[in-house]
Amino acid sequence: MRERFGVYVPKVVTREEYFAPGHRACQGCGEALAVRLAQKALGRDTIVACATGCMEIVSSPFPYTSWRIPWIHVAFENAAAVASGIEAGLKALMRKGRLPSKRIFCVGMAGDGGTSDIGIQALSGALERGHDFLYICLDNEAYMNTGIQRSSATPFGAATTTSPPGKFSWGQMTWKKNMAEIAAAHDIPYVATACPSYPFDLMEKVRKGAEVHGPAYIHILSPCPTGWRFPPNLSIRVGRLAVETGVFPLYEVVNGKYRLTLDPGELRPVKEYLKVQGRFRHLPDEVIEQIQERVRREYERLLRKTRS
Amino acid sequence: MAKRVGMEVSIAAAEAVKQANADVVAAYPITPQTHIVEHISELVADGELDAEFVPVESEHSAMSVCVGASAAGARAFTCTSSQGLILMSEIVWIAASLRLPVVMIVANRSLSGPLSIWNDHSDAMMLRDCGWIQIFAQNGQEVYDGVFNAFRIAEDHRVLLPVMIHMDGFILTHVIESIEVVDQEVVDRYLPPYKPLYRLHPDDPVTMGAFAMPPLYTETQMAQNEALKASYGPILEAWEEWGELTGRHYRPVETYKMEGAEVALITMGSFSETASVAVDEMREEGEAVGLVRIRLWRPFPFEEFRKSIRGIKTLVVVDRAISFGGPGGPVASEIRSALYEEKDRPAVVNFIAGIAGRDVSPDDYKRMIRRAREIAPVLPEAYEIYGVRE
Repeated sequence: MRERFGVYVPKVVTREEYFAPGHRACQGCGEALAVRLAQKALGRDTIVACATGCMEIVSSPFPYTSWRIPWIHVAFENAAAVASGIEAGLKALMRKGRLPSKRIFCVGMAGDGGTSDIGIQALSGALERGHDFLYICLDNEAYMNTGIQRSSATPFGAATTTSPPGKFSWGQMTWKKNMAEIAAAHDIPYVATACPSYPFDLMEKVRKGAEVHGPAYIHILSPCPTGWRFPPNLSIRVGRLAVETGVFPLYEVVNGKYRLTLDPGELRPVKEYLKVQGRFRHLPDEVIEQIQERVRREYERLLRKTRS
Repeated sequence: MAKRVGMEVSIAAAEAVKQANADVVAAYPITPQTHIVEHISELVADGELDAEFVPVESEHSAMSVCVGASAAGARAFTCTSSQGLILMSEIVWIAASLRLPVVMIVANRSLSGPLSIWNDHSDAMMLRDCGWIQIFAQNGQEVYDGVFNAFRIAEDHRVLLPVMIHMDGFILTHVIESIEVVDQEVVDRYLPPYKPLYRLHPDDPVTMGAFAMPPLYTETQMAQNEALKASYGPILEAWEEWGELTGRHYRPVETYKMEGAEVALITMGSFSETASVAVDEMREEGEAVGLVRIRLWRPFPFEEFRKSIRGIKTLVVVDRAISFGGPGGPVASEIRSALYEEKDRPAVVNFIAGIAGRDVSPDDYKRMIRRAREIAPVLPEAYEIYGVRE
């Protein structure tokens, strides 16, 4: 990373802000940071279709908007379908000479619930149909906007308001749905994972995903101080710990070829990631060991894919 | 020169979408809408229609794609039926509130359950209050003409609302009719390319679909309602101009043999043509019976409707949907409320008939009229489900 970005990149990243300050996101919001970075990478020739959720609510209370690029919100489960409609519309209008031809990035954007639960059908349809668009999942691992309810992207053991730990429960009792792999199974040209704790990696992937012709999917882990129960000043560190423990590896799949974009070397113990977050506070060591085992296995499986 | 061609009404609808030069068509198959989308996809595959045909994975996405395409400035079309309509209903409402001029044909079909693919108006009535302009077509020609009228009305900058054309499933979709096909130059003169007032484009970034807090939500609803009511004038203008170009004149409410009538049948959609046969026969038998057909369902043409039934003693409203646990059929309850303030209001007798494809013949209409005469003096607020087998 450092060789590629170290000195000169901060100078070439645009100072232009397309996601304006003054929005209503919580302090330390990983999603707001991810969106800001993603927009810098995408530039002005971008249209965003945003699902209902945190990013919609914090950025568009009528008559205000944080969006300095064209932006539309329609509903919760259809960001991918709306983005594919925008793409189809622009394509037809440019072909028929009613709009000047130029590349405009069409981007669908949704949270983990809007992607891996209620929006998975619309997303799968749009990926399969091969629209030229980028889909960004801003994964904060629960329905934060409605008050921290579990989604299929909530990790095992996490306490949420609908997966509370109790006498018969460790909190979330299912393993996190692997959306990046589900996207990759659609055999699309570009899939990647990213995290705002690694800003240049995130921006590079967003740009790649937008520029590739055909569907691209980027899954961004977005630490959420409010829902994960950690102090807002630790957002970047929590994201780094997710990567360094192997809980959330950073990789990309280009035309089916897997590559780790950041090799953390020897993984840190998962416990280091879990212990800074209140949502895992109730977990005893034997459950943490179970999670550690699962992370190790999943990470090895990913490494095997990068080698094949 | 316009020429008459015998063709299935679904094919005529698809040909109209081609002549209207739609930019994006998104659809998901459902009986009895399928022939329309099949033919549109053929037209696109053959290069006869230069459009993006988006074969979506559900009706919910069909309407979502239309919303996205329309917001980007494209002319967008879809069609559906029944379960498909209510699956996409969430986005149907949003399309109206975003003021996007999408046009949709609904091949009317009953709602489950039990599952039934046959025709009635329960799907249309489910979406009664969704904010779209809604027109019920009586025959194939009206469907064909209606596509041009619909885009013209929807895209009028004084309107900017989506338009739904209701066409009875099977009774219209699968029937071959003699259609007068309009010359392309006439269509082009009547329907210039869509010029959006706002569009999603980087040259002039706008935010669409912002959320409203309580201090503003009521105002948005008021504005939307006013916009729908105000579309009435432009709708009449669009129909008038079409009449001048083609000789086919459409009105929000149409009357048939209402001179001197004491009893009037009220119908919507294709049943009106059968009802007119019953009226002819009863008139020959010396009975003072007429027919009123409501073509424009939203915005409801209150004034024109009241004018059309002035002096009538008994209205026989034939509904094709049930408001479960409510006042009978949705059309009758609409009409009752439209007449409540009238001084000499007629008795309104409501029959729910022709549900899920059950045939209603001219003789059935005669029976309903006779039955209405019996029960009108006793139970003016009554409704009956006609023809129930016991």
